[in-house]
Amino acid sequence: MNKCYLGVDIGSISTKGVIIDENFNIISSNYIWTEANPIDAAKKLVNSLNIPKGYKLSGIGTTGSARKLIGLMLGANVIKNEIMCHAYGTLNFYPDCKTILEIGGQDSKIIILNNGVITDYSMNTLCAAGTGAFLSSQSKRIGVDIDEFGSLALKSKNPVKIAARCTVFAESDLIHKAQLGYKKEDIVAGLCKSVVLNYLNNVGKGKKIKEPIVFQGGVSKNVGVVKYFNDILNTKIIVDKNSHLMGAIGAAILSSKEGTDREFNLNMNDIKFETIGYECKGCSNNCEIVRILKDDKLIDSFGNRCEKGMQIK
Amino acid sequence: MEKVIAFPLMGNYYIPSSYLFSKICNCKILKPPPITSKTIELGSKNSPDFLCTPFKYTLGTYIECLDMGANILIQMGGGCRYGYYFELQQKILNDLGYNFKYYNLVSKGHTDIKKIYKILKEINPKLKIFKSLYYFYITKKMIEYMDDIEDYIRLNGGYEVIDGEFKRIFNEMLNKFSNVKNYRTLKKIYKNYKNKILEVKLNKPNNNIKIGIIGELYTLMEPYANNNLEDILKKYKVQIKRFTNVTYLLFEKGKKSKRYLKRLKNVKYKMGADAMDNIYYTKYLIDNNYDGIIHIKSSFCTPEIGNMGIISKMCEESNMPVLFISTDTNTSKVGFETRIEAFYDMIEMRKKNE
Repeated sequence: MNKCYLGVDIGSISTKGVIIDENFNIISSNYIWTEANPIDAAKKLVNSLNIPKGYKLSGIGTTGSARKLIGLMLGANVIKNEIMCHAYGTLNFYPDCKTILEIGGQDSKIIILNNGVITDYSMNTLCAAGTGAFLSSQSKRIGVDIDEFGSLALKSKNPVKIAARCTVFAESDLIHKAQLGYKKEDIVAGLCKSVVLNYLNNVGKGKKIKEPIVFQGGVSKNVGVVKYFNDILNTKIIVDKNSHLMGAIGAAILSSKEGTDREFNLNMNDIKFETIGYECKGCSNNCEIVRILKDDKLIDSFGNRCEKGMQIK
Repeated sequence: MEKVIAFPLMGNYYIPSSYLFSKICNCKILKPPPITSKTIELGSKNSPDFLCTPFKYTLGTYIECLDMGANILIQMGGGCRYGYYFELQQKILNDLGYNFKYYNLVSKGHTDIKKIYKILKEINPKLKIFKSLYYFYITKKMIEYMDDIEDYIRLNGGYEVIDGEFKRIFNEMLNKFSNVKNYRTLKKIYKNYKNKILEVKLNKPNNNIKIGIIGELYTLMEPYANNNLEDILKKYKVQIKRFTNVTYLLFEKGKKSKRYLKRLKNVKYKMGADAMDNIYYTKYLIDNNYDGIIHIKSSFCTPEIGNMGIISKMCEESNMPVLFISTDTNTSKVGFETRIEAFYDMIEMRKKNE
């Protein structure tokens, strides 16, 4: 029997999953929307992935903003932050990579590598400007499908100028330009450009971006954004065909490197998972304690700030 | 009317402060309720949006204390714009309809014993100068002893064999501190507990990870404001070095910061509050082969924004990982923990590949 490993990346917008073999080749993968329901999304994802005959699942790694919850649900042996997972995933395909640019649904990050070791990283703070969420909300406003967003931007010869600092200002700029009667493709191109400028101003501020540069995350599928990264950085950035899966691949790789292999069962259909939030009345903090129930049995609870919230009932 | 004194919270320092006021003010001391999300809600509701979080935290505590019956409020102004918050907080609280007296003990970042004595004399007209000096001295020593032991705990807290041993001993000591009668007993308690702390069994590896934490003072010292940063780091078995404490701010800063400024070649001015001190600490941490620096501040902290550029350049030149964190009144811990976890993982990865 060959071993294989599952990596799940549960982001705010999308849920990604891959199964890799011992040599880190992708056997099966899928990409679905989270739709604010990570438990159902993870169940759906796991059902859609198939483990071929002759393989047995020996490790599960989870990452993304719901990594803790889904990690518990799947019984993962590795629950790791996105920075490490993206770095490991990317290094598997591009061992000499020096810079990773990542723009996801709600956060964006830059990872600087030197000889396969992370030397610096940065994440956006306190602000969702220049992320996928901004692009998808604006695409609805303009009435352009998010999948066509990038190709429409490429048609533009004269992208409009849109403030790059802040989402709120960018949006009012956008409305203003639209009311002046600019062409749709010019506005879309301006938006793509503003995402790039915002990213470089906020997240990439003060970081030395050296080649080879790998661009990933959901937004990397937007060819318009890729074009403006190339133009502004004056280089050619690499976008892998699996760029949206890198975090999940990294989680799977980390799970295999953990060295705690055991046999996993992915049959989740008959098991009921439930999250119940309850307010601890121990003090005026009113901590929202999250309790995770598996078939009505409590498997874990977290969210408490002090010992008072620790009691498991 | 009975006088009831209240003051804001910061770390464990309410123990020496309530000790001092109870001994020399001859009035009731109100122990402020612990900072909770309700405190912050009250504070930020009544504050201008773009003020830094210490203002909102302390204002919230004041409102809670006033509701509990306090009528004298004590504030300690800082060397930044926090020094002016005193007047603004007074105005906001008056507008809310509270009646109280408000005293600022430390203005412009200077500890002026004479001025403090004058204020305390106003609160308690029967105050004798000898008695107050004596209790000043005890309080000062108490703060120094606390800081000394906490420094040791920070360096070794991650490595205790039995979990929570340090915390238990330290809290026991603080309990005894709040009831001391004279200086001799204070010193005896300190020596006794220092020995107990030194005897705690440690399991400290040689190549442990060492992180220095610097930044704005309130966020550094109040665990609620920094999401229990030190406890998170201890879980990762990290040796923590923190320079900022009340001993330094009140009793040592005047002399030491002049020395620091002389030793820094790239800085000519003090830059307000602890901005220059933090640049000096960065140099210290680089020179002493620390593995990483976490710079934490409340959003909109002007002096710390001023030194971030210099610090990041120094760190870049010496290949030192540095993480800048701004906190605000948002209480979500998830994003914060992700950043700390990633920072730790990065340092561990670098260390393995050295």
